[in-house]
Amino acid sequence: METIQPNDVLAKAESLRNNLSTGFRDEIVKSLYSEAEKIAKRAVKTSSDKKYDFDQKVDRLVTSPIFGLPIMLILLGIVIWLTVSGANVASEAIANLLFALGDIGRNFFNQIGAPWWLTGFLWDGVYLGLAWVISVMLPPMAIFFPAFTFLEDLGYLPRVAFNLDWMFKKSGAHGKQSLTMAMGFGCNAAGVVATRIIDSPRERLIAILTNNFVPCNGRFPTLIMLATVFVASAFPAAITSFIAAGTVVAVVLIGVVFTFLMSWLLSKTVLKGEASAFTLELPPYRKPNFGRILYTSIIDRTIFVLWRAMQTAAPAGAIIWLLANIPYGDVNLARAIADWLNPFGLLLGLDGVILLAYIIAIPANEIVVPTMMMMYMGAGMMIDGPSSNAAIFDLLVNGNGWTLLTAVNLMLFALLHNPCATTIMTIYKETKSWKWATVSVVITLGTAFLVTFLTASIARLLGWA
Amino acid sequence: MSNTKVVLPTEHCETCPAFTQLEQMGIKVGDFDRVIALAGNPNTGKSTLFNALTGLKQHTGNWPGKTVTRAEGGFEFNKLRYKLVDLPGTYSLLSASQDEEVARDFILFGQPNCTIVVTDATALERNLNLVMQVMEITEHVVVAVNLMDEARRKGLEVDARSLSRDLGIPAIPITARTGEGIHTLLGAVAEVIEGKTETKPLRVEGTPEFQNAVNELVPMIKQLAPGIPNARWLAIRLLDGDARVQKAITDGELNEIVSRQYQQDVQFSKKMSVEGRQ
Repeated sequence: METIQPNDVLAKAESLRNNLSTGFRDEIVKSLYSEAEKIAKRAVKTSSDKKYDFDQKVDRLVTSPIFGLPIMLILLGIVIWLTVSGANVASEAIANLLFALGDIGRNFFNQIGAPWWLTGFLWDGVYLGLAWVISVMLPPMAIFFPAFTFLEDLGYLPRVAFNLDWMFKKSGAHGKQSLTMAMGFGCNAAGVVATRIIDSPRERLIAILTNNFVPCNGRFPTLIMLATVFVASAFPAAITSFIAAGTVVAVVLIGVVFTFLMSWLLSKTVLKGEASAFTLELPPYRKPNFGRILYTSIIDRTIFVLWRAMQTAAPAGAIIWLLANIPYGDVNLARAIADWLNPFGLLLGLDGVILLAYIIAIPANEIVVPTMMMMYMGAGMMIDGPSSNAAIFDLLVNGNGWTLLTAVNLMLFALLHNPCATTIMTIYKETKSWKWATVSVVITLGTAFLVTFLTASIARLLGWA
Repeated sequence: MSNTKVVLPTEHCETCPAFTQLEQMGIKVGDFDRVIALAGNPNTGKSTLFNALTGLKQHTGNWPGKTVTRAEGGFEFNKLRYKLVDLPGTYSLLSASQDEEVARDFILFGQPNCTIVVTDATALERNLNLVMQVMEITEHVVVAVNLMDEARRKGLEVDARSLSRDLGIPAIPITARTGEGIHTLLGAVAEVIEGKTETKPLRVEGTPEFQNAVNELVPMIKQLAPGIPNARWLAIRLLDGDARVQKAITDGELNEIVSRQYQQDVQFSKKMSVEGRQ
């Protein structure tokens, strides 16, 4: 028997297709739909429409052109306020406990006569790094994740997509990008994976490259801490939590604005094209399953993210301790590098220590604040970690010359700077291209430098800082 | 989850331990006797059913497109080990986006012993399109009419028998969240695999000239890739000018893909058991 070549099959299909009357596809699709309709009609009987009506009424409200966006903002505000006000107390308690444990460990090592470098490396390096990460990250995550998962289980996320669709379309992006953006609040790497729901490769790339502009859960604690310590402390105690939450919401909104801006810019330049149409289903509201919410948010999300942060915090703590204890000229190595970075840092309204902290924290953004704190303390200011907001304020402002500009610019930098290593790897895996992974870093880092440079320059020009 | 089981009078048999036995095996897939694929529109509760069967805690969420990769787990039913593959939710299998392609490739080339199409009882008409597309690819299909509790709340009555008769495949009403109907579903799946239930999937034939074109193409595909199942479906896709299928034919991927799919599955299972999550 003669062998058949792949091209023969394709050619045959081609010629057969050309001989078919043009409407054959529509014919098949039409009969598929009419068949489905007939079968469904025979199988389903309706007796009332009560529940359906209720869902529709709620949907009319939460997706209405007037109330849709404000309701969304209020919900976001509530979630962040719960996180800020709850995390504040818990963070301080956990920090006190863990630092006290650290003292016990250090004293024990001193008593048994362990060498100073071992005690320092283990307790002032590795342990302190871990203690900081847990106290800064655990409380906000343990509150934010359940709240977020609750909204997700309820079925609110597709309504968000519905509300934001037109804005994404105007930016030349896909409406479903709002869903992947929402996932980015949990974790940017997860948000990047979620972009698989977008059919068009062009719009998917836009969604991938801009996902990092919403702060992930690893970065929320940084924002919350800065908002609480710097912005809110200028207000009466009774309203600090509201001011802090409002500040974080504002930062999040800036991130969303940058998402639109960058999407628009990309779709007008390297990723040109029209936004494609899509159907978005609004699923029925479902009674959230509280057991599952707790499981998902605590085990799958909180513990997972915290564990990842701890894995990078321990070596980071060790590195910081080493840098702070290796002499370099008159000072130590950490000081020397920070001094070297300082002029550039000041140009951005930050300082050298912050930039060094960001370099050390590339594997996981969430450890930036702990890293920074440890380096400030490593300069010989304090032995114990500051656990209260007032102590942190004192360390940063009086000890290290921070101003409101430093805090604001650090928040902006935390929002806009490059994705963490995990996210970069995920972008590479999803796009199968180092080019796009690199582009994602260049875009975000470039934006962060530019924006902080501008705010710093303007603030200095106007004499505010 | 399955531990809060709703026991209806008609379901005494399923809850009787002597009758059937379901044991959740989580990610310990290892050796298995049968492979089941879970397909369905987005947001119909595939992941919930997956969790109920495997005892895993695959994240479920109330938004379309939540599962974008395949998840795998295992369970034992009537002393046979099943591997269950949770596919991304899709409205069609025409492969517009990556999640649709993941679903389609597995049903087509992964050759599961049976595919369960999970449907939403409250939106059956829209869901049936996918059911019919899956039936085009394979005869081993069972429809799970999920979210029966929601349908009842909305005052909808679903006649599974009429559905089953019209489609030519078993249709089983279930509520994955409470575990209602799950044993019946597994029983139906087993019978389809064992050939005790003969399925006669309803297929849209199209015009006679279209039928002739399909019939001319099928033998050529079978000759090109001996042993390929679903030659009819591939022929239809070729006539439709499906670029993905055309590529599979020119690359010779058609022949390789079966073995490659198997290797991927092994790798994926290993990864799952190391990470325990996705």
